[in-house]
Amino acid sequence: MIPAYVDLSEASGLLVALLPEVFLTGWVLLLLLVVAWQHRSAEDQQLVGRLSLAGLVVTLALVILYWLRGPEPEGLELMIALDGFRYATAAVFLIGAILAVAISMHYLRRESILVPEYYLLILLATIGMMFMGGGADLVVIFLGLELMSVAVYVLAGINRRSIFAAEAALKYFLLGAFASAFLLYGIALIYGATGTTNLTLVYVQISAMGLQTDVMLIAGIAMLLVGFGFKVAAVPFHMWTPDVYDGAPTPVTAFMAAAVKAAAFAALMRILVQALAPMDSVWTEAVWWLAAITMVVGNVIALAQRRLKRMLAYSSIGHAGYLLVAVTSGTDLGTAALLYYVLVYTLMTVGAFAILTVVGRGGERDTRIDDFNGLGSRRPWLAFAMTVFMLSLLGFPGTAGFIGKWYILSAAVQADQFKLAVVLVGASILSAGYYLPVIMAMYMKDPVSDTAHVETRAVGAVRWVIGVTAMLLLLFGVWPNAVLDLAKEEGRQLRPAVLVTVSR
Amino acid sequence: MTHVEIVFWITAVVAIASAFLCITRRSPVASALWLVSTMFALAVMFLLLDAHFIAAMQVLVYAGAIMVLFLFVIMLLNVGRASSSDMVGWVGRLVMAAIAVVLAAELWVLSRAGPSADVRLGAESVSQLAAEQGAVGMIGESLFRVFLVPFEITSVLLLAAIVGAVVLAKRRL
Repeated sequence: MIPAYVDLSEASGLLVALLPEVFLTGWVLLLLLVVAWQHRSAEDQQLVGRLSLAGLVVTLALVILYWLRGPEPEGLELMIALDGFRYATAAVFLIGAILAVAISMHYLRRESILVPEYYLLILLATIGMMFMGGGADLVVIFLGLELMSVAVYVLAGINRRSIFAAEAALKYFLLGAFASAFLLYGIALIYGATGTTNLTLVYVQISAMGLQTDVMLIAGIAMLLVGFGFKVAAVPFHMWTPDVYDGAPTPVTAFMAAAVKAAAFAALMRILVQALAPMDSVWTEAVWWLAAITMVVGNVIALAQRRLKRMLAYSSIGHAGYLLVAVTSGTDLGTAALLYYVLVYTLMTVGAFAILTVVGRGGERDTRIDDFNGLGSRRPWLAFAMTVFMLSLLGFPGTAGFIGKWYILSAAVQADQFKLAVVLVGASILSAGYYLPVIMAMYMKDPVSDTAHVETRAVGAVRWVIGVTAMLLLLFGVWPNAVLDLAKEEGRQLRPAVLVTVSR
Repeated sequence: MTHVEIVFWITAVVAIASAFLCITRRSPVASALWLVSTMFALAVMFLLLDAHFIAAMQVLVYAGAIMVLFLFVIMLLNVGRASSSDMVGWVGRLVMAAIAVVLAAELWVLSRAGPSADVRLGAESVSQLAAEQGAVGMIGESLFRVFLVPFEITSVLLLAAIVGAVVLAKRRL
């Protein structure tokens, strides 16, 4: 059914290689027609949500099919990669999107946001992410990033009645455009220095022409790192993050914190490892500092937050720092650690935000940690799931977050970055100072009133999301081997395939 | 100095001066018109680089169609009377100046380095290719063959932008 080899210099070969993305794009076009006729009532919106969910699930199945028996490239990988890293990251993005759509269905109805295009924008953003994780060309990765960003700018401001959402959307749009300009400038300089935008060919040109000290290339890498620094919310490029995460509707925040961040990391890792591996002496230093500062600043500011949504925003900055540690190592183990942690991080972030949508009301900006007081006695299962998410975010043994952090640590140690490993452990200990109070509030404090948490009820798909993510986190915490082995396998495939390709 | 260099320096000065005036004018209409001037200067630069088709497109699309849209929006929104309070404060100006200095320093370094001789095209290679394939054929070949995938992603990107704009702007939800 799927050919064993495809020629990526032919349009037909590209069509085969891009089947998952093409399918999802076609599904979006069909859904646009559905929305054009059915957009008046909440039931119509629910229908669009279900259809989007179906499209995402089918795409996920296609990605897994390709993962198992995907075609191999005949010659050079042009425009799109055909490696395990692409399929693994695409699967993570699709899972993130599925979870986000699932928690949106009830949320949009409750907050009476009637915009069926909401789901289309999530699908379009997901297509962009798949190109970011799978692009074999700087141009494709950049366009994927823009496609994702444009859709997410609109999603942040989708609740037009909220002034905070409008602020979030505008801020995100302006700073995002600014970051994209930096990224594009960096790509242009890399093209100028090497004469190509294909990732593998950039690698070949740097090695063949001895560009390790080329000024233009180094300037290009610097610009590229600034651009990605904004996108992954690394300190000092994080200023937009708290306000945007705070103002956007909570399912969108979950989508941004999990999938959008994962996509930016996937693209960054692919570019650095596959194209710029010969320049690692240049970017390792820079990413090292970004990682260290991001971990410390994100976690310290999170300590001061009393409102849960803002706290999770700063916590996500801290987690960007942990992921940057995996990037810094630049090894196969680092790539594997990144893949594993990105999956785990998606699960626990979406889970935590899903509980926030259940407990909070009206955009959840004002939901304080005190609002969780006594949840343990009134809603034991919900409190248990929240405990799992908080402990996993903290990196407590027995949860998947611990295995992920352990894996990142061993990647750092293997790359002789002991200081960075120490900073990571220190930052994790700091983070206990804001994750544990949530658990203490749930179990050790009494409810503020007799009627507290009466309205708190996870209904429909949200219940499934919370249940499945919590169970997966516990499962991967005690039995991580299968996923770890997979991540290791795919991490190895990211290595520049130059020699393999030439010999075939 | 050859005549190409003379034309280059004239258009370079025009482009930068117009860009500067574009961001410093108070009146949006004046800003838009200075932007037209920048676009025209850039079109001349494309001509100097033997990219005739791009130069024509630059004038038609940017200096023409997009500018008309800008002016329409300005007139529909009636933002002609801007107050002085919309200018950024001194912190913003300092940040602006800092970024400008960094970018200028980078440009200075880059202008001394330049791309290595291996990746540079020969002096006549572009005009030779244009003679073989025509100015349009040269673009079409790379746009619809080599860069087919990016071209198609761009169309999806524009679709996302249209959907987003309609969602945010439509009157009744």
